[in-house]
Amino acid sequence: MTTFEAILLTIVTASTPLLIAALGELVTERSGVLNLGVEGMMVMGAACSFAAAVTFDSTLLGVAAGMLAGALMAALFALLVLGFAANQTGSGLALTILGLGLSGLIGAPFVGARRDPVAPVDIPGLSDIPIIGRLFFEQDLFVYASILLTVLVGLYLMRTRSGLTLRSIGENHTSANALGLPVWRVRFWAILFGGACAGLAGAYLALVYTRFWSPGMTAGRGWIALALVVFAAWRPGWVLVGAYIFGAATVLQLHAQAAQFGVPSQVLSAVPYLATIIALLLLSIRHGRAIGAPGSLGVPFVPDR
Amino acid sequence: MFSGKVFGALAGVAVLALSATGAVAQAKDKIKVGFIYVGPVGDHGWSYQHDVGRQAIEKAFPGKVTTTFVESVPEADSERAIEQLARTGHDLIFTTSFGFMEPTLKVAKKYPNIKFEHATGFKRNPNLSTYAAKFHEGRYIIGQIAGKMTKSNTIGYVGAFPIPEVIAGINAFYLGAQSVNPAVKIKIVFANTWYDPAKEGDAAKALLDQGVDMLAQHTDSPAPIQAAEARGKFGFGQASDMERFAPKAQLTAIVDNWSDYYVARAKAVLDGTWKSEDVWGGLASNMVVMTPYKNMPDDVKKLAQETEAAIRSGKLNPFKCPITGQDGKEIECKGQGALSDEQVLGMNFYVKGIEDKIPQ
Repeated sequence: MTTFEAILLTIVTASTPLLIAALGELVTERSGVLNLGVEGMMVMGAACSFAAAVTFDSTLLGVAAGMLAGALMAALFALLVLGFAANQTGSGLALTILGLGLSGLIGAPFVGARRDPVAPVDIPGLSDIPIIGRLFFEQDLFVYASILLTVLVGLYLMRTRSGLTLRSIGENHTSANALGLPVWRVRFWAILFGGACAGLAGAYLALVYTRFWSPGMTAGRGWIALALVVFAAWRPGWVLVGAYIFGAATVLQLHAQAAQFGVPSQVLSAVPYLATIIALLLLSIRHGRAIGAPGSLGVPFVPDR
Repeated sequence: MFSGKVFGALAGVAVLALSATGAVAQAKDKIKVGFIYVGPVGDHGWSYQHDVGRQAIEKAFPGKVTTTFVESVPEADSERAIEQLARTGHDLIFTTSFGFMEPTLKVAKKYPNIKFEHATGFKRNPNLSTYAAKFHEGRYIIGQIAGKMTKSNTIGYVGAFPIPEVIAGINAFYLGAQSVNPAVKIKIVFANTWYDPAKEGDAAKALLDQGVDMLAQHTDSPAPIQAAEARGKFGFGQASDMERFAPKAQLTAIVDNWSDYYVARAKAVLDGTWKSEDVWGGLASNMVVMTPYKNMPDDVKKLAQETEAAIRSGKLNPFKCPITGQDGKEIECKGQGALSDEQVLGMNFYVKGIEDKIPQ
């Protein structure tokens, strides 16, 4: 494996959890709900997936547990913001705090346990192609799943009737309600989808990326995912670009330090954030269309009686 | 009835106050010891080791000492947590992160009858001690091991932040390597975090990708040494024994052993002999402990053991003079035959041979 290949592989693993979590949040926000609890759902996903994977010695069960944990957290959030029309910002922040604490409790017996690496999918023949071979054809399943998910979310939102319904509810829930669209139901599933994605991202962190559990191991990735959704202007394709730019910049700045380029490490640490913001800003300027948040984003829905 | 209750309560307070003032420098039968941790006890590093020390106290004085701890205390919010312990009848309180320094001092001044101990700080009071460990002694030993064992002649170091504590560790590590392998090169990456397992792992991978085959770390999670294990390279455990994360890769680990110190300090409070002190312990006082040397040839193991013994006995100081800075100028020697404690604690230069620059 050449250095170049190795760097590309690391970039992919650094970007994938951000992409998965951001896609989930994107769908939630497109339906008009702002869930700031991504970090909490993600860390719960990490704890529960690791606990299940170790207990049952099964990566698959671990992943399922992670997604379920994320979805359950999201269901709690849905109860608050849909059922009680609670403030979404406050509820989301509470969800993050709850997730960080609860995950520590659940994960406590599993501190110090370790899992063997998840074997990458190796497509014989194709993975032997120089440079791109390993990059495209020898990744773990999560990576393929995340790319597929991007395409599916894009198609769903833009090419299906159900996606149109979700977007129109996000744009103006009062009108959507007047038209007879099921605001609460659509939002409930969108919130759940966001939670499951955040849980999946957490599972990826714990089972593939680090392969151990320790409290608070998401270290702010949920917040990065949230920011990516905004800077990507609520577009799945741009979320993909943003996540990979962020991942690439994170990994490359570490390499730049090791190569002794002489740029202070504090400056290099800021590069991922700057690069992502600039790239996505350029993208939106070139696109030339008004970019706005979904019209009803963050507004509690209370129908007129 | 009512007034009787109030009177009783007042009398109780008065008795308490009397007994509190009378208790200074007296032996006690039962004490309560509190701990404030900056991270979760499950971090398997810094806070975990402090908690091991707390458990050692419980074991050492069954029935006489009860302990409590508060984990994951943000430095900005620590005063409230420390004061909470002070108010709830603790006799001895350990605050275990540099960032707790000012809050600890503030609470200590407010509660003169309670003993405080602050790790890695430098502000003291008649009821506030400071303590820290000379981890750089261990880093000199692992440097020698790395210098002997490297095949690519390039060793790597994942640092948290470019602060004196980390810089001194890097210098000690490199001086150790250089002492057995003058041509050895070092690559340094700062993760700019103490704790972000994924990022620490990426930093380690970046070093390994660039030809490093020996990896030292000064961040808290086992991710870097695990990355070395995955690549078939070698590494060193940080703060606690990380063998279970990297059974083939861990050559040894530098363990923070607070147990002996914590037990001694609890005993001093029990005996009424506690005094405010500044303790900087190393291998000799067992505050720094090396786990068994493994996965290495016998001659390297022997060298490591000899070096450990020499440092322990005081024959060898990792920062023995002359020490040359990066610019080729000799560093003024303010200690006896070695750099002074202040010079080590405030270290802000790389030694000659390190080609990187300290990020300013």
